[in-house]
Amino acid sequence: MALRPVRPRSDLPLAVDPSSRFLGWITALMAFLAALALAGAMLVSDMAQRWDSGLAGGLTVQVAPMSGAPVAPLDERAEAALTVLRSFPGIRTATLLGGGEIARLLEPWLGAGAADPLLPMPRLIDVAADGPVDVAALRLRLTSAAPGATLDDHAVWLADLRSFAGAIRLAALGVVVLIGAAAVMTVVFAVRTGLALHRPVVELLHLMGATDRYVSRQFERHVVGRSLRGGGLGLLLAGGTMYGLHRASQGLRASLLPDLALQPWQWGALLLVPAGLALLALVTARWTVLRTLESMP
Amino acid sequence: MIRFENVGLRYGTEAEVLRDISFTLQPGSFHFLTGASGAGKSSLLKLMYLAHRPSRGLVTLFGRDMAVVTRRDLPELRRQIGVVFQDFALLDHLSALDNVALPLRMAGTPETDVVAHCSEILRWVGLGNHLHATPSTLSGGQKQRVAIARSVINRPRLLLADEPTGNVDDGIGMRLLYLFEELYKLGTTVVIATHNEALIRRFDHPRLHLDNGRLMVLPARGRVEARTKDARANDPGPIDSRPIDSRWE
Repeated sequence: MALRPVRPRSDLPLAVDPSSRFLGWITALMAFLAALALAGAMLVSDMAQRWDSGLAGGLTVQVAPMSGAPVAPLDERAEAALTVLRSFPGIRTATLLGGGEIARLLEPWLGAGAADPLLPMPRLIDVAADGPVDVAALRLRLTSAAPGATLDDHAVWLADLRSFAGAIRLAALGVVVLIGAAAVMTVVFAVRTGLALHRPVVELLHLMGATDRYVSRQFERHVVGRSLRGGGLGLLLAGGTMYGLHRASQGLRASLLPDLALQPWQWGALLLVPAGLALLALVTARWTVLRTLESMP
Repeated sequence: MIRFENVGLRYGTEAEVLRDISFTLQPGSFHFLTGASGAGKSSLLKLMYLAHRPSRGLVTLFGRDMAVVTRRDLPELRRQIGVVFQDFALLDHLSALDNVALPLRMAGTPETDVVAHCSEILRWVGLGNHLHATPSTLSGGQKQRVAIARSVINRPRLLLADEPTGNVDDGIGMRLLYLFEELYKLGTTVVIATHNEALIRRFDHPRLHLDNGRLMVLPARGRVEARTKDARANDPGPIDSRPIDSRWE
């Protein structure tokens, strides 16, 4: 007679336990939240990096229109500011932005009307430094050469943005740690309930010569299976949510939001969420079972 | 193999259920364990299969003093003991084959060998057509045969059976006893708790008889007759089951 293939089985009927029945769903929820928190942290990191590379070592000089004031015309003052900047130590380049570029910068706030030539637009000079710049002295020389000129040092508000991004990353990490703690508590509860429910079977296995590790492997297989399935589902939901947000952000005509798309390696990093939850479940289950069995005769 | 010296067992603060139990079972011996209901047969078996530790006295198993054996050492010792529980103790969610396979899987036997050996022994006890049946679909007698198959699958050094023929007809009961005899001849030490006087008469082996928590060792009938005939009262015979301090009462 041909033998039926032996299906994977567990000596303990853990799959039908009321406590462990919800383990997969709870893990799915935790994986969903952890994946969103991690994705948020990665997006903020990307944003901070873009700010850093785009704005570090930069200054912006704004020459504002001063209607009715006894000063030189706007373009003359802008030229004077450029002359000061190009001769100042530490300045590599100073570029006057065109009207189109200024309109594009203002578009998120003013919409398409920002390009209206009737609007009194300031002149903006993008400055790149290649060494330390005496910002106070530069400011003094600019205001005397080009009245109405203001100097914006990127380093000041870039530092604020950096610390804000750091706080968001820390908060996301805190969320992930809390989710991990919740996962540990869920597994401890499920395993202890399983051990209490199946104590007679565990005792029988012991009498037949089962070691504590043999018993703990039964629980480990069970919680890891549930965690992987739940974690996979949670990650799928988080991926769908991220994709939806990305599409929604692309739909905004004049977006104030950064690009919400993750890089391929970042998607790969999110795959570690269910794997991490499964590993955490494995270690927790083993520790809980071995510790509980030690108290048995 | 097994040595009990002045062993007593009590549950909690109750009176002792076993008192001053002393006996020695030599390797490769066969004993029936008899006694009225409540005499302490199951408790004595539990001490032997290491489910309990004695309240007092000395138990030595496979040359190891149980008083100094640690919890970590117990699985190795227990794997050398096959037990047929009175209530079968089968796992309801597992098939007959998986129930029988438990001791082999615990010992790390390769899966192909596990399936082959378990199928063979289940066929031998007449359950070849029920390999994948769960206990809930089996009759009492069939469950008992699964339990017996499980107890002997890993060729234990010591086989303990609590009423192993209680739920089977005489024909199958006799067949199972022949299986135990076979194991005994191969060197397994066998202790069978039973009420079945017909079986005890059929198989001429010494008895451990419990009466109200006290044990006496009754030699095999054939040996008693031989002793009477030959007047060789001091002949210990092939199986040394002489009591240490048990008394004929």
